[in-house]
Amino acid sequence: MDQTDGGVSFSAVHVVEYAYRRSVGSVLGRFFTELRDRKLIGTRTRAGRVLVPPCEYDPETGEAVDEFVNVGPAGVVTTWAWVHKPSAKHPLPRPFAWALVRLDGADTAMLHAVDAGSESRMRTGMRVQPRWREKTVGAIQDIECFEPEAAR
Amino acid sequence: MSDAEPVKSIVTPTRLAYEYTATGTQARFLDEISRGRILGQRCPACHKVYVPARAVCPRCGVATTEPVEVPGRGTVTTFCVVRVPSENIHLKLPFVAAHILLDGADIPFFGLVGDCEASEVRMGMRVEAVWAPRETWGPTLANIRHFRPSGEPDVAFEKFKEHL
Repeated sequence: MDQTDGGVSFSAVHVVEYAYRRSVGSVLGRFFTELRDRKLIGTRTRAGRVLVPPCEYDPETGEAVDEFVNVGPAGVVTTWAWVHKPSAKHPLPRPFAWALVRLDGADTAMLHAVDAGSESRMRTGMRVQPRWREKTVGAIQDIECFEPEAAR
Repeated sequence: MSDAEPVKSIVTPTRLAYEYTATGTQARFLDEISRGRILGQRCPACHKVYVPARAVCPRCGVATTEPVEVPGRGTVTTFCVVRVPSENIHLKLPFVAAHILLDGADIPFFGLVGDCEASEVRMGMRVEAVWAPRETWGPTLANIRHFRPSGEPDVAFEKFKEHL
């Protein structure tokens, strides 16, 4: 309790928290199942565009999409933003980049973290590869992050 | 794909931690409740008493001026029976979450009803606050553990129908 200006005030930390379980459906379900096996897949539309992460419907036509294709695992950074001070919720405890990564064979880009060490190593067009976790569970976090392809 | 069960769902933890600061009327309410008193505030225009105390009358849009202490005793106006457990609630299932019109207040107050069967709770039932042990009191509504039947005769619906 603080006494300021003759008045009284109280401060407390309030935490609102719940675990939200979301059913993922057959298409994203397949994507997560493949991630568990350290594989990346997309869906191919009738026009031949490969969507990663996969969509159940072609965003251009609304048509159901059911052809799965393997993509990646490496890809190209199409745009990025450097995070100087990661928060507790961020995937990496050190400065990193949020990036859109277009995996090899894909026509769309996927958001993920890139562990480049420093901002000066980040380039639009740079090649990156996934760094997989030792234990995979079937979630996007099975990829710990992407890293510059030359790192290995 | 592996032979393992396909992934059907993912869990997304949602968490928001924020620091809340209560000042003015709200802080006075918390200060009073930490001493076992329930504070309301009366609107100078419509004379309605809001509990917990609020600084502005939502109906008249004017600042409330007069603090009014109300007792931990009132009437259940409406309620629901809760059958789903919640980790921050100590009552046994099923329990009752109720709107309770404290005597002298014009707006119902949220409270849990315990020490009776959920099936016994009814609109118009008289209840009284069961306070947590005094040494645990702090600036929080958790000082009131729950409400229990007071044994007084029920209040007729006509007497509280304006306060649902």
